[in-house]
Amino acid sequence: MQAYIARRLLALVPTLLFVSLIVFVSMRLIPGDVIDLMLAQNDIATGQDRARIEAALGLDQPVYIQYFEWLGNVVRGDFGRSLWNNVPVSEQLLASMPITFELGFLALIVALTVALPIGVYSAVRQDTAGDYIARSFSLVMLAVPGFWLGTLVMVFPSVWWRWAPELEYTPFLEDPIRNVKHLIVPAILLGLSMSAVTMRMTRTMMLEVLRQDYIRTARAKGVGEVLLIVRHALRNGLIPVVTLIGLQAPLLIGGAVIFEQIFVVPGMGLLLLEAVFQRDYPVVSGVFLVAGATILLINLLVDLSYGWLDPKVRHQ
Amino acid sequence: MSEAIYAPPLTPLRPAPVAFAIRLIREKPLGAIGGAVFLVFLLCGIFADFLAPYGVNETNMQHRLESPSWDFPLGTDHLGRDVLSRILIGAQLSMIVAFLAAGIATVVSLAIGVVSGYFGGKTDMVVQRGVDAWMTFPDLVLLIVIISVVGPGVVQIVVVLGLLYGIAGSRIVRGAVISIKENMYTHAAQSIGARTWHILIRHIVPNVMPVVIVLFTTRIGAVILTEAGLSFLGLGVPPPAPTWGSMLSGTGRTYMYLGSWLALAPGLCLTIVVYAINVYGDALRDLLDPRMRGSQ
Repeated sequence: MQAYIARRLLALVPTLLFVSLIVFVSMRLIPGDVIDLMLAQNDIATGQDRARIEAALGLDQPVYIQYFEWLGNVVRGDFGRSLWNNVPVSEQLLASMPITFELGFLALIVALTVALPIGVYSAVRQDTAGDYIARSFSLVMLAVPGFWLGTLVMVFPSVWWRWAPELEYTPFLEDPIRNVKHLIVPAILLGLSMSAVTMRMTRTMMLEVLRQDYIRTARAKGVGEVLLIVRHALRNGLIPVVTLIGLQAPLLIGGAVIFEQIFVVPGMGLLLLEAVFQRDYPVVSGVFLVAGATILLINLLVDLSYGWLDPKVRHQ
Repeated sequence: MSEAIYAPPLTPLRPAPVAFAIRLIREKPLGAIGGAVFLVFLLCGIFADFLAPYGVNETNMQHRLESPSWDFPLGTDHLGRDVLSRILIGAQLSMIVAFLAAGIATVVSLAIGVVSGYFGGKTDMVVQRGVDAWMTFPDLVLLIVIISVVGPGVVQIVVVLGLLYGIAGSRIVRGAVISIKENMYTHAAQSIGARTWHILIRHIVPNVMPVVIVLFTTRIGAVILTEAGLSFLGLGVPPPAPTWGSMLSGTGRTYMYLGSWLALAPGLCLTIVVYAINVYGDALRDLLDPRMRGSQ
């Protein structure tokens, strides 16, 4: 297992380097006139001259030196300071990350509670009316834009019943109930939009497992249908679904941007959007990098759990 | 000798598209309906300028926030603009962006996938690590950052969406190329000394076409949804262009509480179009490329 972990970690290094390169290069693409715009737009920036902004963005040195210097700072947790309010970017990231993670975690729970039972049902009762309804539901969910769902939830309950979702964020430690009350609506919507893919995947995996010989053997020796599904089929069918959760992580963080904007959740998505509109590039690149690194980390954890769940993987 | 082997076709040959359409309707009726619905939206987009009863940005202060009626089938917004006309022109914008971006994406996928898959070895290793890194970022985050750097606009959106989905889709092309290059005809071409580009163009590319066509179709739905999301966030095609995404955001949002029909039409159109093209894409995949059946 240790060798497996080491191998996975080592495989991560080139990808991480490429990730940092993408972030770095995209920041280098900022056209020169944007720096003028930043000078005009940002309060902190107004007092400074162009050279100081360029120095803050590290644009005054040869490219490769810029890259290594930037990388060195980032590894030490120094993402620079916001051009808007001069707060260290790392501080803003640390404040917003847990909120996005909480939203993502709640959404994941919603997605799994919806997708797993329906996916299993759909596979066990293949080609029945229930299966068709479940599959149609997941196809529709794949097509519904999340921001439209969010808009509908904002508009119609308030027009019909004078009820509107909570839009004020309360830190979890201050008042856990109000905190969850605020996050639960975006979490349900995000979870529902994620559940479509998970449901399809669960169904496919279960169908594959149900065709295996050991299921036939179990059935032949008289194992009851419920036990057969829970103990024999689900346990093997779930391994790829765990991987899927890793594949869904980008969707989760991407979707969080939309729902954080609609429901005013001060997470990484909202931080990114506000930074984009304020042309606060140190913050933009910070969120960008952390989003990428987080997903790599989630995928690493998923890979590791894969090795733990399935001994065959470890020895490949 | 050759006359003895020759057997005339038993059924009269129909032109390929017609034969394919018949097969689609027979074997995948839902997919055929999806394709037809998408075609309706496509035609609406193409002829939007003739179909729209009013001008897109024609304001009519006497008819502000009117609910749907014979004069305004989908109602009017807070500036008295006809929602139906805006939806139609929105369809046009969506289709233009979708076809161009999906087209670029397909070409990019094909180029990267063929090179990486056919040459293998170190080239493949380096290219694939780059693709890994690119795919690590959430689509929307990557788009927001790049658009914030290059600025909003139709051209930028099309190119960035094309690159985004092109790089991600190259995986699928690469997989197909790797299996094709082990086929006997590729080895035969190699052993008679055919040039590499000749093998790529004449043997590899034609054989990955089914995969590429399916890829193009499924990308259209993805592009439409993502572009709408970007417009919703205010980073898509800049106003006053009436994109479906932007019709659900911005100032229009505040007026939805007074005119809830404003919240319905754009979202419903998006859902129907994307659902239609997804169902059609699934059917196409099942008919053209059995290997991809049941995959995402």
